[in-house]
Amino acid sequence: MATRSAERVITGDEAVRAALRRKAGRNIPELIIRWILLACSLISILTTVGIVGVLVFESAAFFSEVPLGDFLLDTQWTPLFADKRFGIWPLVVGTLMTSTIAIAVALPLGLLSAIYLSEYASPRLRSTIKPILEVLAGIPTVVYGFFALLFVTPLLERVIPNLATFNAISPGIVMGIMILPMVASLSEDALHAVPVGLRYGAFALGGTKFEVSTRIVVPAALSGIAASFILAISRAVGETMIVAIAAGQRPVLTFDPREPIQTMTAYIVQVSLGDVPAGSLAYRTIFAVAMLLFLMTLVLNIASYFIVRRFREVYE
Amino acid sequence: MTSQNIVQFDGPTILKAENVAVYYGDKQVLRDVMLSVPTHKITALIGPSGSGKSTLLRCFNRMNDLIRGARVEGQVTYHDQDLYDPEVDPVEVRRRIGMVFQKPNPFPKSIYENITWGARINGYRGTMDELVERSLRRAALWDEVKDRLHENALSLSGGQQQRLCIARAIAIEPEVILMDEPASALDPIATLKIEELMHELKENYTILIVTHNMQQAARVSDYTAMMMLTEDRNSATVIEFGKTQAIFTHPRDRRTEDYITGRIG
Ligand SMILES: Nc1ncnc2c1ncn2[C@@H]1O[C@H](COP(=O)(O)OP(=O)(O)OP(=O)(O)O)[C@@H](O)[C@H]1O
Ligand SMILES: [Mg+2]
Repeated sequence: MATRSAERVITGDEAVRAALRRKAGRNIPELIIRWILLACSLISILTTVGIVGVLVFESAAFFSEVPLGDFLLDTQWTPLFADKRFGIWPLVVGTLMTSTIAIAVALPLGLLSAIYLSEYASPRLRSTIKPILEVLAGIPTVVYGFFALLFVTPLLERVIPNLATFNAISPGIVMGIMILPMVASLSEDALHAVPVGLRYGAFALGGTKFEVSTRIVVPAALSGIAASFILAISRAVGETMIVAIAAGQRPVLTFDPREPIQTMTAYIVQVSLGDVPAGSLAYRTIFAVAMLLFLMTLVLNIASYFIVRRFREVYE
Repeated sequence: MTSQNIVQFDGPTILKAENVAVYYGDKQVLRDVMLSVPTHKITALIGPSGSGKSTLLRCFNRMNDLIRGARVEGQVTYHDQDLYDPEVDPVEVRRRIGMVFQKPNPFPKSIYENITWGARINGYRGTMDELVERSLRRAALWDEVKDRLHENALSLSGGQQQRLCIARAIAIEPEVILMDEPASALDPIATLKIEELMHELKENYTILIVTHNMQQAARVSDYTAMMMLTEDRNSATVIEFGKTQAIFTHPRDRRTEDYITGRIG
């Protein structure tokens, strides 16, 4: 802080003083901008709070009519039929099945691509491919959905006997392809952040490129890689369009990925687009399902937060 | 450019550089380097910053291969075998010619695993526990870490980390250890420990060490090579080589004398 001694003001050059004086006209726009920015951040916070509030409120209403025990223990999900059953498992299993397939595709391939890009590719190739990965991540998921239904499923029908037109495998695989660029890109960031000195240390001990990559660099970047994996999993669990288009709308408890299934997200879409009257019990099911989905992804995101925090400490 | 000041060493030599030139891209940084590294001795590489000491060091274990755009010309031999022969596997070279870096770079693994990593990838068949104890003892670190072998190596102090890196390097039984300013990040006590350690290691290993510290060079080394930019200032070379004592008491080259006495660099 400068001291404002009276002497200084008096001795100051008149022109300098005029130039340095606060200009009244500047303050008003500054204030307006500040309020606009504040309003913007408030809007996003309030929307989130609002969404969670609606979820909690509507699911509370749902659970006042349907016991939590039925929701968690029943194995049938038929809220839209005359004989209403509210067992969530068909939707959860459907979600887990497509997600598992997606993860089985995305994690290994994503990690291998990341290792290739970070450790083997030339800087030029790397700087070409990285932006392409980011573009791939921006393709609308509805495109992937039709890709699954119209291209991958017919292809799989030739190799997998008894594959239904709507099934878990095809959207699972395509979802994996959709998440792959994200896994590759984030894992590559984690690998790239490993100090080059560690690699030199390992090479100087007679490590081959493969040994250095897989036994030093990957373990050192493990928390970052794990964080990208968790993000990928929560993407897969929350993905809607691909499964809504290609997995079917049959909420039946099955562990056979060749059969049509329904995921939690696809169910929400189906009911939201249908003609279920607002305020009815059937209408409220979507909030209960959404609440569970929200909790699942929240847990995953919190886990990734803690993992990433650990990641920061790893080299020092 | 190779001057008469380079005394060709006539005893047993393990590494030899002959007419070595190194380029990074189009830029030549070393030219006409002649250097013989005596077996089972400590040789110091001294010279001002940018005179290519690290670059020359890296020529001896083919670490320059890892730097994109780096190119080595001339001959570098190890037991008279050309290290840059296309038949030579750089991985095997680095097994026999170890390196310790300026900044301690232990792996983010346990102390124990830091030692066993190199042995494991090199197919070591003995007992790992013994190897760990033997290497840590030789690096004068055993007593300080014997109760915490499974703790993360990054929990060690900088000086301990550097001794761990030395232990890790000797665990794979190289013949030569290249050290690039191994003590520059350490306090005087840790530095002293490393210097004592080098004296011990001399029995079994050949050591080539880069240092900026003239006293350290005088204290630890048997031979000294002085590196310097050439007149055109574009590239550097070894301008003088000899017994450390001779170099420090009667340098033949004016530039060596100026450097040692602190007038340049
Ligand atoms: N990877 C690199 N790419 C391009 N130029 C490099 C690279 N490494 C070193 N150089 C250049 O080569 C010259 C010699 O560098 P080097 O690191 O070998 O010097 P040094 O004697 O070890 O210096 P210092 O004492 O500061 O460590 C310098 O001009 C440096 O800028
Ligand atoms: Mg250097």
